[in-house]
Amino acid sequence: MKFAVKKALSSSGARVGVLEVGSCPAPIETPALLLATRKGLPHFISPELLPSLPSPDSNLLQVSPLHFLEGLSTTTISKIGGLHQMLGLKQHGIAAVPRDSIQCLPESKAATRLGASFETPCGRLLIKPKDYIEMISCMKPNIWASLADEVPAWVSEKRNKTSVDRTLRWLDDCISLYPAAGSIFGAIVGGTSLEERKRCAEEVAKRNVSGYWIGGFGLGEGIDERPALLREVMDILPDEKPRLTCGLGLPEEILQGIAAGIDLFDSTYIYSLTLGGFALTFSLDKSGEQHNLQSDQIGSDSTKINLRATAYRKDMSPILENCTCYTCQNHTKAYINHLLNVHEMLAQTLLEIHNTHHYLRFFHVIRGAIQDGSFEEFRQAFLESRREHFKGEAIST
Amino acid sequence: MALHFEILGRFNRARAAQLTLPHFVCQTPLFMPVGTQGTIKGLANNELERIGCQIILGNTYHLALRPTSELLEEAGGLHNFMNWPRAMLTDSGGFQMVSLLHLADITEEGVTFQSPVDGKPMLLTPEESIQIQNRIGADIIMALDDVVKTTITGPRIEEAMYRTLRWIDRCITAHKRPHDQNLFGIVQGGLDPELRDICVKGLVDRNLPGYAIGGLAGGEDKDSFWRVVAQCTAALPEDKPRYVMGVGYPLDIVVCSALGADMYDCVYPTRTARFGTALIPEGVLKLKHRAMADDTRPIDPTCPCMVCKNYTRAYIHCLVTKDAMGSQLLSYHNLYYMMRLSRNLHTSIVEGRFPKFVCDFLQTMFPKGDVPEWVCNAMEVAGIDISSCCATFPSCQEKYSSDEIGTNRFDKVKIEI
Repeated sequence: MKFAVKKALSSSGARVGVLEVGSCPAPIETPALLLATRKGLPHFISPELLPSLPSPDSNLLQVSPLHFLEGLSTTTISKIGGLHQMLGLKQHGIAAVPRDSIQCLPESKAATRLGASFETPCGRLLIKPKDYIEMISCMKPNIWASLADEVPAWVSEKRNKTSVDRTLRWLDDCISLYPAAGSIFGAIVGGTSLEERKRCAEEVAKRNVSGYWIGGFGLGEGIDERPALLREVMDILPDEKPRLTCGLGLPEEILQGIAAGIDLFDSTYIYSLTLGGFALTFSLDKSGEQHNLQSDQIGSDSTKINLRATAYRKDMSPILENCTCYTCQNHTKAYINHLLNVHEMLAQTLLEIHNTHHYLRFFHVIRGAIQDGSFEEFRQAFLESRREHFKGEAIST
Repeated sequence: MALHFEILGRFNRARAAQLTLPHFVCQTPLFMPVGTQGTIKGLANNELERIGCQIILGNTYHLALRPTSELLEEAGGLHNFMNWPRAMLTDSGGFQMVSLLHLADITEEGVTFQSPVDGKPMLLTPEESIQIQNRIGADIIMALDDVVKTTITGPRIEEAMYRTLRWIDRCITAHKRPHDQNLFGIVQGGLDPELRDICVKGLVDRNLPGYAIGGLAGGEDKDSFWRVVAQCTAALPEDKPRYVMGVGYPLDIVVCSALGADMYDCVYPTRTARFGTALIPEGVLKLKHRAMADDTRPIDPTCPCMVCKNYTRAYIHCLVTKDAMGSQLLSYHNLYYMMRLSRNLHTSIVEGRFPKFVCDFLQTMFPKGDVPEWVCNAMEVAGIDISSCCATFPSCQEKYSSDEIGTNRFDKVKIEI
């Protein structure tokens, strides 16, 4: 894995970088989105349709090793030759992170000094560093996060401190057990304590890691608490190594993370939208303005549409007129509305494609704004017009 | 008539043909996947094209409920609505009605039933069925027939057969789009050769673009099944397509093709995929089985599909019945298998090597030579020598008279690995 910062803004922590990983066909520009997966493949997008997404933007995947505990032994994964081979995704970059924010959630109450605890579809699991390393060495991801003891925002100071101590100890275990191949990203936790965040970041920065995984977010802290916490961490971390985070999924949160200096994001937003029958329609205008009206939308502009609504029953237009995704190029809102009504899985497939495509384009526009030096203006315009839109919606309903 | 049927090759009764429909030029024999509600469960159009699907089936009953035939008509037909560029066939809605609704009742007027939406009494007449299908706009539409299960005996079967003939006239009259939609008649008559004969003659008199053999694939024993197919294919006109409805097991398709049928449909490949079962030349593979958890071979080493080229049995095992992707991948493979079978049937007939194809097929599926007796009997009538595949059943190797009845020890045609 190789990473280099191409342009950093002085006004904020935002930077554009380039990531070369594995056998990806081309270097990937950051800030970038990692696609969420279930057992290595997208939830609904078939491997045949994955290439229809923008490349190489869509070539980064986040995989949770814990998914495979349900039915696939590490011996077998080894025999097959690792994740890339097993998933038929040889040209993709895979980042292994235990937490997937959907089904494998950190359960801080059950963690012990021996290992981190997760609630999973197989029940509550205690993952020890040794077991984790065994999974990683069989799976051979390009990037992997060290094992972390993530705690929600409301734990005691003592518990929070313990989580940092454990996370650092496990990082050292991970490094010593598996010093060779695959790029290790040191996990940084610390909850909502500025001091603990600083302490953790300082310690991790001392270790020989290829990048940083900033954990402990999306676990109950307020969105306004984050900038300070992020800044505390970023100020310490060296600029030249990439930063990956978990739990910052909404557009506002992505912008917040980018402003602080995060390069790689996973997001469960797309999955939640897809399950709910929603399609993203927010504007991808370079200015960040969200007031652009769609010419054939019913009513005002919107950030997303609910395709279950009967209003779309006869709407023979695509989700977004200028969208080049497979769904918008081939299907109409009426068809997706029908599929949702009759509970056909193709609805989720088509929505996941569109939403992923749209979000990847969002990242693309952001990168453009950073390059232009207009990121802060973009962010302000985006946030303000979105806020106004939501305010307007709240009042009218 | 809105189709063209040209036979390109033969072997005795079997034929390979080119079926030109308004939306697509197809090669027969062919299998049609069932896309009940305007989609083949979980697969996108480009995947279906990649797999080689030529015609897909839509269920009139389901589509009339949602999104309704009126909406489909407004959308310019189901082709437009789902953006499917190839051919389509809709059934009449009668079968679902009878099989899905316990309070359905068949009278001379039509099928009366309780609407599943609001419980109101409703009536599906031949005229209504054709009108709905006209709005949906498929290349081939099916007449409303009086379907009776083959396990039923008695005067009901005769009543149903004659009613089917009376209804076909009503269907023909009601059909508003004979120039771009082909109305197929359906041969009924249960397992009674005389009734079947009357029905065939009656339908042939109406000079329809194509004919289906209905009322089978419903639990009758295999010996009766193939005999009805053989009788009908012998009597139906040479120059028109023959569609055996509801037939889906690969073995059944091979036998029916040998006997002279051209088109098939069944939910089996996609439904069995959702239960974790893959179709392979040897029979079936149950991916849910514990033994698959560390089997690093592909589902079928001889299959060139995307699933077999990229994934192991072990990986699919960890997905099936638990994650949507498992169903998708298995459906993909199973449909690919059926399309490959269709292509192989067509090509082997055209290239003059159909008997060899049949023998290889049977040898792979029955390596011990235990080809079921009904298959042996059917192949005898089809004039295909399969003695090289039959080890243990001596009567396969001799001239076999159609008066003898087998012991039916070999009812289970699937083997598991």
